[in-house]
Amino acid sequence: MSAQNLTIVQAVRDGLYTEMNLDDEVLVMGEDVGKNGGVFRATEGLWDEFGDDRVIDTPLAESGIIGTAVGMAAMGLKPVPEIQFSGFMYPGFDQIVSHMSRFRTRTRGRYTLPMVLRAPYGGGIRAPESHSESKEMFYAHEAGLKVVIPSTPYDTKGLLISAIRDPDPVVFLEPKLIYRAFRGEVPEEDYTVPIGEAAVRREGSDVSVFTYGAMTRPTLEAVENLEEEGIDAEVVDLRSISPLDRETIVESFKKTGRAVVVHEAPKTGGLGGEITAIIQEEALLYQEAPVKRVAGYDVPYPLYALEDYYLPSVARVEDGIREAVNF
Amino acid sequence: MSVLQRDPQDQVRVLDEDGTVVGEVPDIDDETLVDMYRNMRLARHFDTRAVSLQRQGRMGTYPPLSGQEGAQIGSAIALEEDDWMVPSYREHGAALLRGLPLKQTLLYWMGHEKGNEMPEGVNLFPPAVPIASQIPHATGAGWSFKLRGEEDKAVLCYFGDGATSEGDFHEGLNFAGVFDTPNVFFCNNNQWAISVPRERQTASETIAQKAAAYGIDGVQVDGMDPLAVYAVTKAALEKARNPGEGEGRPTLIEAVQYRFGAHTTADDPTVYRDDEEVEKWKAKDPIPRLEAFLRETGRLDDEKVEEIEAEIKQRVADAIEAAESDPRPEPSDMFDYAYDERTPEIQAQYEEFEALREKVGDEGFLRE
Ligand SMILES: Cc1ncc(C[n+]2csc(CCOP(=O)(O)OP(=O)(O)O)c2C)c(N)n1
Repeated sequence: MSAQNLTIVQAVRDGLYTEMNLDDEVLVMGEDVGKNGGVFRATEGLWDEFGDDRVIDTPLAESGIIGTAVGMAAMGLKPVPEIQFSGFMYPGFDQIVSHMSRFRTRTRGRYTLPMVLRAPYGGGIRAPESHSESKEMFYAHEAGLKVVIPSTPYDTKGLLISAIRDPDPVVFLEPKLIYRAFRGEVPEEDYTVPIGEAAVRREGSDVSVFTYGAMTRPTLEAVENLEEEGIDAEVVDLRSISPLDRETIVESFKKTGRAVVVHEAPKTGGLGGEITAIIQEEALLYQEAPVKRVAGYDVPYPLYALEDYYLPSVARVEDGIREAVNF
Repeated sequence: MSVLQRDPQDQVRVLDEDGTVVGEVPDIDDETLVDMYRNMRLARHFDTRAVSLQRQGRMGTYPPLSGQEGAQIGSAIALEEDDWMVPSYREHGAALLRGLPLKQTLLYWMGHEKGNEMPEGVNLFPPAVPIASQIPHATGAGWSFKLRGEEDKAVLCYFGDGATSEGDFHEGLNFAGVFDTPNVFFCNNNQWAISVPRERQTASETIAQKAAAYGIDGVQVDGMDPLAVYAVTKAALEKARNPGEGEGRPTLIEAVQYRFGAHTTADDPTVYRDDEEVEKWKAKDPIPRLEAFLRETGRLDDEKVEEIEAEIKQRVADAIEAAESDPRPEPSDMFDYAYDERTPEIQAQYEEFEALREKVGDEGFLRE
């Protein structure tokens, strides 16, 4: 396989391009996705390539975008609607939770919705109000949806293709902080990364650190710094938060007996609580220390002058890991 | 006959592109007219400086208003003291007239929550970033005046042409029609919602005609003609407060105009629109247009223009200086405004945060 060196946002584009070439039923729709190529350039050039019927600039209306995609998907198309920022999914929230997630159930499987709702999410890029929140748990809490959050260019393309081929609706959240932060090898061909399987990014024996999306980077950096202190941490990148790879979580925890969860979503009701519960349910007797959650605070995401204080930093992650190890 | 009583296709104009009078000049005193000009110049200069601050990395993403001064100032100057304004995120000029200091606008776009702290007596909602979401608020505010019998107050709400595609637009206007609330809905139709042209927002011929669907009045105005904008906004606000026999209170105004620059400083308009179009609209620039009229009618001369120029430069420079020398917000700020009182969980998180800050210093948090 020949490979290219791509950023995450380029891998999104490449995944869409690859799958649109292979499957005529796949189409992209949303605000500014056509001629403009998306405000983050995730659909750049697709309009020139596939035209106005497959790369559709829609009116500014999220309920309309998601609701019409539901109708298209019910009829067998594979729409990939883009919501410009995850903070603007709420006008379409009713369509997501009342219909996108429930169409299969409501029709006892007669209709399925092979659609992928994409949106950049998360903070750290000094964006204006409503552009930086991390609300992935809204969707993880909703049965009938899969929720995928990649952290590398390779995974981005492979997971996106899996999502498009999945018969069920997928919410595909792209951590925009790392859209362009680094490059990685991405095969030119189509390939898939399975949804629901975590990746062990680093093996270790002292403590398991569970994370995903943009927080994978500060976590790996923190773990590297702690190596000098003699702490050998394992880092698990969950990649999809629904379904969650319980097996990898439990396996890793049984090996280390200590866990830290890192995410930028608010602590209360965040994925950290769920992982803690899984550990309680399935590996209580292996536990050497309380599970430590390093997360966003339970406050509205601040305007950007304070966002560095809100987001888990390398120092915060280090501190959390030390606490779990030195308990 | 009121300027509002006309076919919504029939655009209200007072000045042509050269500033020649082609319609009925509204009844405004000389001082207000010059003030209109001063504030439009101020808004333009502020905008130019704000874009440059962003380019220099001294401010975050910023939505420029150049080209839209006629609509913003012409409408905002029509408000009475007790009226309220509900803006989107681009109405820096209108907000200034309502009483929000330029320094606050700068702070907001510099990422400080303090920018949203309205001074006492400033009847202004904070900027709304989610498109169209402020429109039902405006209806609700107007409705509250009606429910409480405060008949001397009206609400002026701004949004773009893209906003008219959202459900919130329809719901807000529909409620206003049904409950006959004292609202003026002011659409800044600047032709583009980022890269999507107006024709892709609606198949309606005009936005003004949408009013008919809600049983309210609709009027289209040349948004780059500040006198025409003033005339229709004034009439609509008066009707909202004091409708005549058989008249409804709410009005939808479509102000047809153009944004000269980028949608925001994060956007590159050359990808989706051509120079020719921009030039065509620049010929309608509201500032030289009003200036020509004021000079022609003896209300303005070189000396006065120079005085105004010096004054606005000073005001903007002072505002930038004040915003930049404002102390950085305290991180504890973050924990203070979610609730009236910190919940136990937030308090615990705050204490943990401060303990760690003590340990690792601010460097432990700040990324370069
Ligand atoms: C609900 C929602 N969807 C998407 C966006 C992203 N967005 C910000 S401004 C904009 C275009 C708005 O156009 P318009 O309403 O015409 O107002 P203008 O910016 O031209 O003044 C878009 C799509 C948003 N802020 N809110």
